[in-house]
Amino acid sequence: MSILLDKNTRVIVQGFTGKIGSFHAEDMKRYGTNVVGGVTPGKGGHTHLGLPVFNTVKGAVQETGAEASIVFVPPPFAADSIMEAADAGIRLCVCITDGIPSQDMTRVKRYMRRYRFEDRMTLIGPNCAGMITPGEALMGIMPGSIYLPGRIGIVGRSGTLGYEAASQMKALGIGVSTSVGIGGDPVNGSSFKDMLELFEKDPDTDAVLMIGEIGGPQEAEAALWARDHMKKPLIAYIAGLSAPKGRRMGHAGAIISAFRESAQEKVEILKGAGVTIVPTPSSFGETVAGVVAAMTKAA
Amino acid sequence: MDIHEYQAKELLSRYQIHIPRGGLAYSPEQAAYRASEIGGDRWVVKAQIHSGARGKAGGIKLCSSDHEIVAAADAMLGAKLVTHQTGPQGKLVSRLYVEEAMDIEREIYLGFVLDRKSERIMIVASSSGGMEIEEIAEAEPDSIIRATVDPGVGMQDFQAREIAFGLGIDNALVGRATQTLMGCYRAFVDYDASMLEINPLVVTRRGDLVALDAKMSFDENALFRRPQIAEMRDKSQEDPRETYASDRGLSYVGLDGNIGCIINGAGLAMATMDMIKIAGGEPANFLDIGGGASPERVAKSFRAVLRDKNVETILVNIFAGINRCDWVAEGVIKALREVGVPVPLVVRLSGTNMEEGRRILAESGENIIIAETLAEAAEKAVSAWRSYTATKAA
Repeated sequence: MSILLDKNTRVIVQGFTGKIGSFHAEDMKRYGTNVVGGVTPGKGGHTHLGLPVFNTVKGAVQETGAEASIVFVPPPFAADSIMEAADAGIRLCVCITDGIPSQDMTRVKRYMRRYRFEDRMTLIGPNCAGMITPGEALMGIMPGSIYLPGRIGIVGRSGTLGYEAASQMKALGIGVSTSVGIGGDPVNGSSFKDMLELFEKDPDTDAVLMIGEIGGPQEAEAALWARDHMKKPLIAYIAGLSAPKGRRMGHAGAIISAFRESAQEKVEILKGAGVTIVPTPSSFGETVAGVVAAMTKAA
Repeated sequence: MDIHEYQAKELLSRYQIHIPRGGLAYSPEQAAYRASEIGGDRWVVKAQIHSGARGKAGGIKLCSSDHEIVAAADAMLGAKLVTHQTGPQGKLVSRLYVEEAMDIEREIYLGFVLDRKSERIMIVASSSGGMEIEEIAEAEPDSIIRATVDPGVGMQDFQAREIAFGLGIDNALVGRATQTLMGCYRAFVDYDASMLEINPLVVTRRGDLVALDAKMSFDENALFRRPQIAEMRDKSQEDPRETYASDRGLSYVGLDGNIGCIINGAGLAMATMDMIKIAGGEPANFLDIGGGASPERVAKSFRAVLRDKNVETILVNIFAGINRCDWVAEGVIKALREVGVPVPLVVRLSGTNMEEGRRILAESGENIIIAETLAEAAEKAVSAWRSYTATKAA
């Protein structure tokens, strides 16, 4: 099965009536996601794509019992939308929006801490492709067809590199329990470690593939956590071997600005923690297959 | 986005940070005139480029006469300064900043950054100013003081005082130091900075605290709400290949290799570049074409990549999610016919409607090398590049 998201999860779309929100809401419904409505301030009371539109997230939660929300709101207003979701009692928020100012995100992270840990919303993203539990539900913008249902968890920063990995796995008949894109921003909702903790606890995940990149401390933090707490095999790839120091490679967070932030250094840290390294981006499939084979043998 | 020293100082001076008296100059004569306006008998002529470590590269000169100022300005203007931060091509000096020289008693390092671990603004200070922070961390790690700011309430006076006392600043100057630190914090927040560095912040013999240098970078995601900062952009300090691409809405980073890349998604772009390196080639650029790879965007991307005269092969790698491969293939062919691609072209399409996309490429009659997997794409690009350079040499 999965972490965070399954076919029963009641999902609303923030930025529902916009072009992008509408397109992906339809796509998610088609995949089987339980989309129950949407929010666009000022358009409450209307019906869109056969679903109710609400002015506020609170209103949507009251009427539909929504537990999860996906945010397609433009960057100047996206941080506000995330905080609105947190305040309305949404349990899982996936923010697709790319281009949110970092200081807005530091405020969002601070705001979310108003709530007790047990009641705190899980934020995925921003600047991510979202998440998918293959065969059940999609909360994101990825093509559902490239994911085979299965027992490997995937967590990565990038969208398309995640597709590459999933499709290489599918070609070898290996399926995915849940795939989560945590996004390419320097300040983001959930870290690699946060997702590893969930996958470690998930009875339907056997091993985890982590797709990191240059910049920031999260891969190293995840490596140390995995070394000390993780029983399931962890497999990792770090993109950006050829990235020069101090240059931003597309993602706002993909910049080597400190010690231990280059791809080579991160790979060394991961190796030191006993993580299986995917040596090249064309060997996601075979590396995962190797780990799966070793697990089957051991069992 | 980076700005010049003089721009950062002007901005910080509005936040009660003391700066030396100074003025901007575009010619040696103007530099001498600025010095006469400022008065005194010693001045510093400073090349305005987007880089630190200018002193070692000859970009900062202490002068004590008109004649010396004119000579220093003459040598700097129009020159390309090479520092370890500019890369070997250096950066063009087209503006100078002339300042009164200060009598320095001691030098302090002061920096503000967005710390990714705590996800908060972090203040980094050291009593060993004048060196770069990396050098301080190496040589005097114990001198470094760090503090983070709770974004819910902002920086508090006591935090600034603690840092000032920690730096060993005289009691009489602690109030000034607190004002300086709080001013920096407010400027950082008000303008969505991502980095602010005053190195050195000096204690003068006259008992003042003055920012001798100032460096600021800003969050590009926040420029929409900071038009004053966006206006400070100086394109002459950027790689012209990157200026061309960013003016057309493309995410591009110029590199030193020969294989041009057009890819969708930042992570896949980095991974494809890695794969080129593993296959024995060197990427010429990073280019993320983004979500909607319309024929226009594909054509724009080809133009941007081909502006780099070192490009001797192009690799297009698209994993279509929202995109459709057939549509991308049509875009590639349209771009080929409109732009004209004089070097080998390798295209790998994957994802939605991949078969259809490959068929369109194969039947186009254009000279396109088609690859099915990422590894194959990189290998084909490198071997096409090798035979292209061999033919060119022969």
